[in-house]
Amino acid sequence: MTDKTSAVTALRSRHLLGIAGMEPDEIELVLDTALAMKEVATRPIKKVPTLRGRTIINLFFESSTRTRMSFELAEKRLSADTLGMTSAGSSLAKGETLSDTARTLEAMAPDMIVMRHASSGVPHQLARICKASIINAGDGMHEHPTQALLDAFTMREHKGHLKGLRVAIVGDLAHSRVLRSNVRLLTKMGADVTACGPATLVPPGLDALGVRVTTSMDAAVEGADVVMMLRVQHERMQGLYFPSVREYFTLYGLTPARLRRAAPDAIVMHPGPMNRGVEIDSEVADGPWSVILDQVANGVAVRMAVLYLLAGGDERADASAT
Amino acid sequence: MSVLLKSVHVVDPASGRNGRFDVLITGGRVTRVGTDLPVDGARVVELPAGCVVAPGFIDMHVHLREPGQEYKETIATGTLSAVTGGFTAVACMPNTDPINDTASVTEFIMKRAAETGLARVYPIGAVSVGSKGEQLAEIADLRAAGCVAITDDGRPVATSLLMRRALEYASMFKMPVIDHCEDSSLKGDGVAHEGAVAGLLGLKGIPGACESIGVERGVSVAEMVGGHFHVAHMSTRQSLRAVRAGKERGVHVTTEVTPHHFVLTEAALAERGGFDTNTKMNPPLREEADRAAMVEGLRDGSIDAIATDHAPHHADEKALEYDRAPFGIVGLETAVPLCLDRLVHAGVIGLPRLVELLSVNPARILGLPGGSLADGAPADLTILSPDTSVTIRASAFKSKSRNTPFDGWTLKGAVAATIVGGRLVFANEAIVGRLDLS
Repeated sequence: MTDKTSAVTALRSRHLLGIAGMEPDEIELVLDTALAMKEVATRPIKKVPTLRGRTIINLFFESSTRTRMSFELAEKRLSADTLGMTSAGSSLAKGETLSDTARTLEAMAPDMIVMRHASSGVPHQLARICKASIINAGDGMHEHPTQALLDAFTMREHKGHLKGLRVAIVGDLAHSRVLRSNVRLLTKMGADVTACGPATLVPPGLDALGVRVTTSMDAAVEGADVVMMLRVQHERMQGLYFPSVREYFTLYGLTPARLRRAAPDAIVMHPGPMNRGVEIDSEVADGPWSVILDQVANGVAVRMAVLYLLAGGDERADASAT
Repeated sequence: MSVLLKSVHVVDPASGRNGRFDVLITGGRVTRVGTDLPVDGARVVELPAGCVVAPGFIDMHVHLREPGQEYKETIATGTLSAVTGGFTAVACMPNTDPINDTASVTEFIMKRAAETGLARVYPIGAVSVGSKGEQLAEIADLRAAGCVAITDDGRPVATSLLMRRALEYASMFKMPVIDHCEDSSLKGDGVAHEGAVAGLLGLKGIPGACESIGVERGVSVAEMVGGHFHVAHMSTRQSLRAVRAGKERGVHVTTEVTPHHFVLTEAALAERGGFDTNTKMNPPLREEADRAAMVEGLRDGSIDAIATDHAPHHADEKALEYDRAPFGIVGLETAVPLCLDRLVHAGVIGLPRLVELLSVNPARILGLPGGSLADGAPADLTILSPDTSVTIRASAFKSKSRNTPFDGWTLKGAVAATIVGGRLVFANEAIVGRLDLS
């Protein structure tokens, strides 16, 4: 029951910096391509030769387990040569400018660079300098495009469509790149998005994207087809953003009782890692509504699709096209 | 030897002149302005049609970086940048290394400026020792050495009590207290104006109220104890409202605005691929309503001066993550074209008002000679060619630094020449040819 509607056959940019730069038909293309990629994981030998001979550098300036592993798995299943570097901290901390970092990487002639950075905008800054395709694996509080794509893929898989889908996103909106990418993607695809969190954690600008913002979780969840919970960095926030984890859970924790306000066949999503008992009740996380592990599985397929398309897809034999 | 500028378009708001006059310069001073002055052995100099002669522009807010950060700028390069941009004088902020909180630092700056001999340099001293906000700097001593105002710029005056004591103490020397108005707790580690653009780019915000709280504080304290409170680089409509309210109540409050705050908005952060660190300054580029308010304040007279907040940074420092790059842009060589294009040619203000903002009022606020072409005034002249278009080329800046968001902009309005103390210190030969004032 999944619709397959992509009209384009290639991405327009050679980078994936954010959902902000993608057109709806490109989003469809990634989701459709991911469908084919997902099939690879069902084979006894989960590997195709598509990216043989291509070099991909995984550059994680901020610690990451699941996203890094998901990308690595996607790269390996496509037979790319990969190498990784994880180094918390900034260029500055190493006494290196961003352009030095970029030039050093360029000298190794990678085809693609998958990068995560704690500062918003770093992939955009590097994309102005680097020849390689840059894939944003999360920049600061700005974007996490592959997460939004895998979330959309998961929603489409379960609901068949994105247009008109009622999606509630709840939690720490202010600091979340997952929120920003999801909101961009879902509004582009015609979903009906409500963002919800305490007034202390609502960033300005969401209304400009056509998102309904509420501080009432009951209102947000009411009739929702999808309830997406965001992680709360409660260790850092307790005190000035909200008084206590206890009060946060009272107001914004997803419990079975709250979930009953949602549509009967609603699904529950979470980008992980979850704080059980802070933003989500274990009964919900492990319940029949939860598609959280589907998200993880789909992440690999979506990242395979992105890597494949940026490498040129069917049309382009090499990644030199811009 | 005298020089007679013959039948030139003079804009001198102090005397109300705005028309063709002769200007006689003798011994580094303007000795007479009038019509059909006798040549009397003076060298007669004519200017191309379209040139405008104004009292020298004074940038009352620049960072010359010397001593201590000579890799960003020096007094020599900063003053060369100033005269190239049409400024005959600059007032330099004390956040050097060491901080200009003692007469010896002030004297060093004065000495370096005299050696360079380009723009006049008026140091501004620190309010507090080390700008730490704890104890008053030796303000009488700073004054005697040549400081014309005090500020802890880069940081706000730390507390309301320190603001009170600074205003009280500085009033004895007729010096303004200049405040970088900012509530530090509201600013937090913000890097961009708190609004829709930063919200969606995932950049931490600096709310507008962060500034206006500081403005309100300064106005209230000055109302209580007197003294002259000057708001540095004002950027929000709320601040402007506070300044207007203070002026209406008779408080001695003055303010300046930078060209980037009346030309650009937060939208620049998302342009050119986004996250260009040359759009990062403090106060940050605000929203359109704020920019429009700054333009209106310049028009209606509630803003007193235009100052650039010239803040040179090395390219390597700006080539960092947006949230780690330093705040600030260079301003001296882009200000006059931006003002002429966006204020005069845009029909917001006329040339006399522009000269007030760039010359008359900065001189009055800081108590400097200059700001007029009265008989006996220093022969500091800015000669404009308002109808000549220029294209900003950062790579050609005389400043040591290149950090500008205006690179490549074409603007209508050029600096034709700059004269300090009767000496030609800058000439755009494409406009004025080879001028000889010797």
